[in-house]
Amino acid sequence: MHPAASVILFNTFSGLGFGLLFWLGLGALVPTGMGAFIWFAIAYILAVGGLIASTFHLGHPERAIKAFSQWKTSWLSREGICAVFALIVMAIYGAGLVFAGTRLGLVGFIGAIASLGVVFTTSMIYAQMKTVPRWRHWTTPTMYLLLSIGGGALLSGQIRIAAVLLIAGGILQIFAWASGDTRFQASGTNMETATGLGHIGKVRAFEPPHTGTNYLMHEFIHQVGRKHADQLRIITIGLAFILPVLLLLLPFNHIFAALAVLSHIAGVLMLRWLFFAQAEHVVGLYYGKR
Amino acid sequence: MTQLPPPSAKKLGLVIDLDTCVGCHACVVSCKGWNTENYGAPLSDQQAYGANPSGTFLNRVHSYEVQPEQGEAQLIHFPKSCLHCEDAPCVTVCPTGASYKRSEDGIVLVNESDCIGCGLCAWACPYGARELDAKEGVMKKCTLCVDRIYNENLPEEDRQPACVRTCPSGARHFGDLGDAESDVSKLVAERGGFDLMPEQGTKPVNKYLPPRPKDEMPEFDILAPYLEPIASDGKGFVGWLDKTLSSLPGGAK
Repeated sequence: MHPAASVILFNTFSGLGFGLLFWLGLGALVPTGMGAFIWFAIAYILAVGGLIASTFHLGHPERAIKAFSQWKTSWLSREGICAVFALIVMAIYGAGLVFAGTRLGLVGFIGAIASLGVVFTTSMIYAQMKTVPRWRHWTTPTMYLLLSIGGGALLSGQIRIAAVLLIAGGILQIFAWASGDTRFQASGTNMETATGLGHIGKVRAFEPPHTGTNYLMHEFIHQVGRKHADQLRIITIGLAFILPVLLLLLPFNHIFAALAVLSHIAGVLMLRWLFFAQAEHVVGLYYGKR
Repeated sequence: MTQLPPPSAKKLGLVIDLDTCVGCHACVVSCKGWNTENYGAPLSDQQAYGANPSGTFLNRVHSYEVQPEQGEAQLIHFPKSCLHCEDAPCVTVCPTGASYKRSEDGIVLVNESDCIGCGLCAWACPYGARELDAKEGVMKKCTLCVDRIYNENLPEEDRQPACVRTCPSGARHFGDLGDAESDVSKLVAERGGFDLMPEQGTKPVNKYLPPRPKDEMPEFDILAPYLEPIASDGKGFVGWLDKTLSSLPGGAK
């Protein structure tokens, strides 16, 4: 799949932002006044900034309001509704802390669950795709949720919880990659089923329908970037999980904490890039590619 | 609405004969022509005369080489467009309700004024039937020429999809695949029509007819032994020259 910058930015930063909102809502840290304003501003800039970035890949962003209508079947629609709901609820909760110094516990709890809901509905957009066997697996939503609450814990300075979640995230990510590598083949979709010509013999793409490229090839076939995937995976695990955990285990220092956050963000950006670049859509089979 | 309607009795679709398709791409051209000038946004091209031409097409013809375990490889031309699936995954993922399946005849369409161009329906389609138009920013797909098949302003013989009307080898057939007595349904039953990627669970309405088995290659080399060009038992000067040259270091045996 084409790793579009807007979608990678959205997945990374909105995930972090809603992860931070989750911990704020649960009351893992209860800032008040100006302190609360800064915490909520960081969370909203990340969450809303990511959501805005995600609209850049739309052909008609001005019609985005229509995307709230089809929640009965569409995970993208559910995500939109969940995001607006979570942002409104958490704004009420945040206003209580900033302006009244009061913690509205139930509102915060609802906001925290809704924030997780945004991350889950986002992940299901990918996990529902039968056409991309690598994504259609329980590790996709689990990994999204773990990264979000792990990153949120890291941002909110909860050292022990962040370390545990990041270690769990790293292990699960390695499993997701290893199991994902065989899933396309295991899906049973191949050139023979795609063309229905398998009963005659082995099928090979002889001539594409056109001399140039097209939307489908650009969007779904991304072979160039996969060349260095193995090295990138190692660097990703190092930046997103190992380095932040090591920095957290050192005696606390604001510089180390900032480095841990930056390293984690860089790692998650790479992880998301790999998530798309390595995902193979079955339509590539019609072009003899994956 | 992006909820799928209950399966319609009438299932309009195409039957594509892989035995007779000659790969001329006339269906591609007529499709592009009709659908650029009629229903919805035109199908744009980018750098049509430049170094990297690309454009939106609703129908494309691939060519495959199929190698049986024994015998010659076969070249099979393979037109592909929307299969108007009964369980269309492209419809249910749509967040705006722009994508829909008609309850009366099963045609899958896009209401372009509701489309936000998110591309998710193209992700969900295993067949590559949907293309986002780079100029209009909306999703384009085969309409089964809904503006021809019911169009009473056209002569009756033209009330079929442009690709079917134009096919010079009769490789494309249009009809109601929900009616077991229709010509297309009989054709599918007779020739063993099949679904593409049945394991994806999309239940396509369009069917493909397999290439007929090829004849055995006749034995061509009955005369070959008599035409053997080189005598192995050469005599005389040429025979002597052959043996002498062969015996020299590096000589051909």
